[in-house]
Amino acid sequence: MSKKKYPINTEVAYTYIVSNKRLTMVAALGVTLGIAVFIFMNSMLAGFDKSSSEAFFKSIPHIRIYKDDEISKPIDHQISQNIPVIINPKVVPANNTIINPKQVIQLLKNQSDVAFVTPQLTVGVFYNNAKTQISGRAIGILPEEANQMFNMESYVVEGNVNNLKNNINGILLGAGVASKMNVKEGDNISITSSIGMTKVMKVIGVFQTNNSVVDKTTAYINIAFAQQLLKKNASYITDINVNIKDYTKAKAYAVNLAQLTNYKAEDWETANETYMAATKMRAIIIRFVSISILLVAGFGIYNILNMTVMQKINDIAILKAIGFNGFDVVTIFVSQALIIGLIGIVFGVLFASVMVASLQSYYVGGDIGYFPIYFKLSNFIKGVAFGFGVTFLAGFIPARKAANVDPVSIFRK
Amino acid sequence: MKEIILQTKSITKHFYEPVEFKVLDDISFDVYKGEFLTVIGKSGCGKSTLLYILSTMDTEFEGELFIDNQNVSRWKQDKLATIRNEKIGFVFQFHYLLAEFSCLRNVMIPALRLGKLPHDVIEEKAYQKLELLGLKDQALKPSSKLSGGQQQRVAIARALINDPLIIMGDEPTGNLDSVNTQNIFSIFKELTQEFGQTIIAVTHDNDFAKASDRTIEMQDGKIINQDYKFN
Ligand SMILES: Nc1ncnc2c1ncn2[C@@H]1O[C@H](COP(=O)(O)OP(=O)(O)OP(=O)(O)O)[C@@H](O)[C@H]1O
Ligand SMILES: [Mg+2]
Repeated sequence: MSKKKYPINTEVAYTYIVSNKRLTMVAALGVTLGIAVFIFMNSMLAGFDKSSSEAFFKSIPHIRIYKDDEISKPIDHQISQNIPVIINPKVVPANNTIINPKQVIQLLKNQSDVAFVTPQLTVGVFYNNAKTQISGRAIGILPEEANQMFNMESYVVEGNVNNLKNNINGILLGAGVASKMNVKEGDNISITSSIGMTKVMKVIGVFQTNNSVVDKTTAYINIAFAQQLLKKNASYITDINVNIKDYTKAKAYAVNLAQLTNYKAEDWETANETYMAATKMRAIIIRFVSISILLVAGFGIYNILNMTVMQKINDIAILKAIGFNGFDVVTIFVSQALIIGLIGIVFGVLFASVMVASLQSYYVGGDIGYFPIYFKLSNFIKGVAFGFGVTFLAGFIPARKAANVDPVSIFRK
Repeated sequence: MKEIILQTKSITKHFYEPVEFKVLDDISFDVYKGEFLTVIGKSGCGKSTLLYILSTMDTEFEGELFIDNQNVSRWKQDKLATIRNEKIGFVFQFHYLLAEFSCLRNVMIPALRLGKLPHDVIEEKAYQKLELLGLKDQALKPSSKLSGGQQQRVAIARALINDPLIIMGDEPTGNLDSVNTQNIFSIFKELTQEFGQTIIAVTHDNDFAKASDRTIEMQDGKIINQDYKFN
């Protein structure tokens, strides 16, 4: 007796869809617009996020490991509580170098979530040119590694990063510094370190990150040269830069690394609190706008589909009178709603893709370049899931309500 | 030996809107298998209301209703839907066909829902029922394009499709000419006599009522006369 039952519920749903083409189209259009706007807004948010974090990681790592200053503690812990003691905590004037950096770097490299590790030594400097003197910082790097980590090539506008490796006294200047000092590639520039050592260096290139603070103060030099500027030996480094596989997890991961190394590990978000606050604000605004759109779109979709069910309320009573049960009624109207939803979602995804693609190729210029919007699969998945969720409920709720009452109570209305 | 197929025990119903009002008052009667029963009474006396309760489409009443020896008074909606699908055929006072479907489809749908027969057998059967009611040539028309009397006959064909134990009609011949009324009367007669099905029909047509096995007369929500002719 495994005779397949004729799918009468599906047939009824299908008949309703094709015999009310206009209503079907209006309802599908409602879904299309809702989905398209939802995906579009979220792609914009993702684009802003991505472009701002990309800008960040041109000069800072996901996690920076360094030795934090220590505050002095009272020496005698045995002092009785009754005796008032005046203590005066101060920063301990210790060396903020990382001890045995090679070993620490190796340890970090062995972590499974760590993608890249490179040491760094920052020196406070003055750039001198005749009478002009501006303060800034020279960052000592291993050029090849730093290039890999920060993709420096992408923002070097003059000269070449690789020349740093071949010139021990080479310097890669920020565009702001270069223009203030009026130097270009191939010129010489004299710098004075924080401990008063002055050296003449050769400008091997100029970079521009579009972060004006960085561009106006920073230069990159060889780490070995930085150690000379501070009169330190070859194992003297202050920072280890770490990139991890997923930068969004930096905050949590920094805690692990701090425990592992016994040094301070600072994630990029904490290091840029002010900037992150602004970014968060923007994210919150866009998120709220997108939630509002979600609500408005959801409500619109719900209402239109709800209408298609309510229009058929008399049919529901007839179907029930001739023996369709609550599940059948719900199946019919949920299938109807989901088919309309599917049509709307397909067009909504297409429409959103077209909008994202066309805005993506729009050149804004300036620091931004192309409009920061990008295809993020999860946004499309969310949009589709949202569409199906709302259409399902829009079919389910009114059908269920109608499915649970006496047919007569509908006829008598 | 008369076998009871439907029984009511003190069925009482109130309407509360716009004012409280007792529309059915202590209705008790038995209906036998193979009986052709008619219900008459003045307009507004509660005939339709009673028939809705008997057909399980209205569950808001006091008293007990037995169908095929089962007390269905407090059954859940879904169980009632199943009993309607299998055991009851209903013809409404006003035409209640699904407008977007052809006449044939309207007749077939209860059988497709029941799912006991293959599709082509159901289709064949639906054609037979339509032919019986003189509508074979209208089978493929959308039901909304039919005249009132034609629609009523489609509804009767639909009520017959699952060979129900009980067929209930609320003025099933209300819109029909005398020839068609006569035809339906003989169909009903045959169903009761040859196939042991039971008919409960509300009617305003006294000749129709007189020719039936038994007539229940109602007045102001009460049964005032049960004329037994059945033997
Ligand atoms: N939903 C309702 N709310 C309140 N009163 C109602 C409702 N439906 C019907 N009535 C009243 O109940 C009474 C019985 O109605 P019913 O439809 O059963 O009459 P009927 O005997 O079938 O009449 P007719 O022969 O005209 O069809 C009438 O007085 C009617 O006004
Ligand atoms: Mg009536």
